[in-house]
Amino acid sequence: MAGPLTPPLPRAVHPAAWWLWAIGLAVAVSTVTNPFLLLTALSVAALVVLSRRGSSPWARSFRLYLWLGGFIVGVRAVLHVLVGLKFGEPVILPLPEVSLPSWAAGINLLGDVRLDGLVGALTEGLRLAVMIACIGAANSLANPKRLLRSLPGALSEIGSAVVVTISVAPQLAESVQRVMRARALRGDTARGIRAVPRVALPVLEDTLDRSLMLASAMDSRGYGRRREVAPGRRALTAACTLGGLLASAVGTYGVLDATTPGWMGLPVLAAGVALSLLGIWLGGAANARTTYRPDPWRAAEWLTVGCGAAAAVAVQLVRRSDAAALGVPLDPLGVPALPLLALAGLLVAALPAFLTPEPPPPAPRSVARPRPVATEVHP
Amino acid sequence: MIELDRVSVSFEGATEPVLRDVSLRVDEGELALVVGRTGSGKSTLLGAITGHVPHFTGGTLAGSVRVAGRDTREHRPRDLADVVGVVGQDPLAGFVTDTVEEELAYGMEQLGLGASTMRKRVEETLDVLGIADLRGAALRELSGGQQQRVAIGSVLTTHPKVIVLDEPTSALDPTGAEDVLATITRLVHDLAVTVVVAEHRIERVLQYADTLVHVGAHGVVTQGDPAQVMLTADVAPPVVELGRWAGWSPLPLSVRDARRRAAPWRSLPTAPRPPVAAPGHALLDARRVTVTHGTVVAVAEVDLSLRAGEVTALMGRNGAGKSSLLWALQGSGPMRSGSVRRRHGTTSDATDVRALDAAERRRHVGLVPQSAADLLYLDTVGAECAQADRESGRDPGTCRSLLDDLAPGIPDDRHPRDLSEGQRLAVVLAVQLTADPPVLLLDEPTRGLDYAGKAALRRALRRLVERGRSVVVSTHDVEFVAESADRVVVMAAGEVVADGPTADVVVASPAFAPQVAKITSPQPWLTVDDVRYAVGEPS
Repeated sequence: MAGPLTPPLPRAVHPAAWWLWAIGLAVAVSTVTNPFLLLTALSVAALVVLSRRGSSPWARSFRLYLWLGGFIVGVRAVLHVLVGLKFGEPVILPLPEVSLPSWAAGINLLGDVRLDGLVGALTEGLRLAVMIACIGAANSLANPKRLLRSLPGALSEIGSAVVVTISVAPQLAESVQRVMRARALRGDTARGIRAVPRVALPVLEDTLDRSLMLASAMDSRGYGRRREVAPGRRALTAACTLGGLLASAVGTYGVLDATTPGWMGLPVLAAGVALSLLGIWLGGAANARTTYRPDPWRAAEWLTVGCGAAAAVAVQLVRRSDAAALGVPLDPLGVPALPLLALAGLLVAALPAFLTPEPPPPAPRSVARPRPVATEVHP
Repeated sequence: MIELDRVSVSFEGATEPVLRDVSLRVDEGELALVVGRTGSGKSTLLGAITGHVPHFTGGTLAGSVRVAGRDTREHRPRDLADVVGVVGQDPLAGFVTDTVEEELAYGMEQLGLGASTMRKRVEETLDVLGIADLRGAALRELSGGQQQRVAIGSVLTTHPKVIVLDEPTSALDPTGAEDVLATITRLVHDLAVTVVVAEHRIERVLQYADTLVHVGAHGVVTQGDPAQVMLTADVAPPVVELGRWAGWSPLPLSVRDARRRAAPWRSLPTAPRPPVAAPGHALLDARRVTVTHGTVVAVAEVDLSLRAGEVTALMGRNGAGKSSLLWALQGSGPMRSGSVRRRHGTTSDATDVRALDAAERRRHVGLVPQSAADLLYLDTVGAECAQADRESGRDPGTCRSLLDDLAPGIPDDRHPRDLSEGQRLAVVLAVQLTADPPVLLLDEPTRGLDYAGKAALRRALRRLVERGRSVVVSTHDVEFVAESADRVVVMAAGEVVADGPTADVVVASPAFAPQVAKITSPQPWLTVDDVRYAVGEPS
């Protein structure tokens, strides 16, 4: 990496690095209900997004995740008032309690809302909201299409298919709009159920036509081309993939069922995953595909992933030594502690905002068209 | 480079083969132009060359097709991707990625080329096509001509030996089409690529063709020297029609050659303009119509008055605001400000079209949109016609008899999707005419129509205006305009930049002048019929 005085050239950081960083941060907050730590993590995510997001449309999506988070906190609070277990002391909202009949015994509607219980519910809602904000941060920072481009060879075709599917959605909306407008030309502005067949049929036909055209275009451009593969190798690939899947299934069963012998659990699962990965790697060799200007994985990517991991590790260390510090003392309610190690870990996760290269400047969006042809009218 | 040996193609359920016993040969570095009526099997022929027929479409192919030494029997389209590039009619439908640079690289990625090769070829291709300043642009935001050039570039990067283009300019304005054609000829001349191109508007490509492939009735294909084949082809652009009529031999294929032969006509005393029929009273008055889409001003304060007994052609570049204006005039599209009033007779009463509800509005102004098939949703032509009668409150059979006038012989039980482009347009036109609107607007109706289809449309429009209706046609097709429009309105960047009688407007513009006007200027003739009428007998 360049020295502190010469900032690195602007480039997009590898999308996988942003996802790993975000997952690290999300894992860190997953065991925390301490609002100091949660809000720190949220600010860290927001800071990194604001300073390192690109110019693409989904880079603006972080705000949506924040709204979603706020909504979740609200829903959690409402549910607590409706059916939650109210405990603790000061009653802040006296409400009548409704007992449900015997078939729903144990659930009480409403009841006095108490501060301790409400704070507990709110901090739990906040935890979920912050985890969602972490995922939102990854989505804003990493171009999902570029992430799919860096899939291994054997999965790259699935990646292309996903990209195509994503781009179908706006096209579908466009055709619906177009057909609705065309319906008005026939004097039919009926909405609701009656209009469905009249709109759906042309739209489906249109979509099908487009899909066929796209499939045909992709075919003639070499999508799905295969290299010659020796039959032995092909058999090996198939064996690895199938065996891996089978072993993973057995291993998962072993992990979940406590009565099976220990060797059927984790060891078989690990072997299955390893075999599957080997199968994917072998299968990728049959695919000649290369990637144009692949995103490099350099020091900045390691740094990003490391910062995310540091946050997760720091919080885990605190959890081993002083688990209570990660929560809020309820019943009686108290001011939560401020575990310095966890705080430091979360602050380390903010470093990518300063130490990674800046995102590249936006591509020119408006394109100059050729000048109009002069037209004159002779009266 | 391309060899077809006794190729026949038939699809299941069809009574006769689409292509019958086709043998043809295109050598390296040649430009082969494929012509023929709509539905004659041009696309099937191109598909056979690229391997899509029968690998993608199904059907049976007899005989053998060899492209660059590979038999399509053993090679699927994807196995031919390194030697054959395919460019379709609608570039946007074939784009896999969303920016120019990634699209150019996509084909190379599939072929597994090295990173440095890919980088170099993308830069080279950007330069060859003159689109270097668009590298980061989003594909959806480009103009039609730019999109088509990117589509050509995206197949060019794999260095194919053959490029097959199916109607590459059909959706483009004259200037966009010229850019694309210049690119194609440059490929043939500078890069020695073999190009096979199918085109409806033959006049655009004919002069550049080295060999002409004519797909005739019943799948009979003839190949030969363009001037020879054009003598008898069942599709002919104006320059060829003129040459045939005048008996010129060899047949001139370009305006330049024809102009030399037409020298005697130019020295004829300049014939007076044929008298322009006095236009009727105004049927529709639009004042200061403004349409905006977000921050883009599509139509800027346009005043337009549509008169009875007049076919008005609306021309202009892709994105000049033609469609937005038509939708605003009809009343169903968005309009930011302005007024559209339908006048009744010569009195001063007027109806505000935009204040009416949809069913009432279509009795005043009818619109046939660009994708006309959007209007059809029932599964037979008969059901569509009956529905049209019901929704317009007409006697049963009105729509059917209109349809029989426009395009006789479409059976009632046919599915609209099984019709040809021209027949489908006729059905939509009949549906809209059932409401008998005094003003009819058509958005790009000539797309996909061959010369005979356009002639049928012209006759139908003529009959309408003779009954005192007013018709507006937005189109890029200058030859169609020359033959059918009384008045031309040219739009640019949302404003009307020219408005006047056809002869005045199109002759004055280098981009919009029809072939006959270019050949015979300074005579005021626009169509072959004008020449026939004025010259009398060819000398």
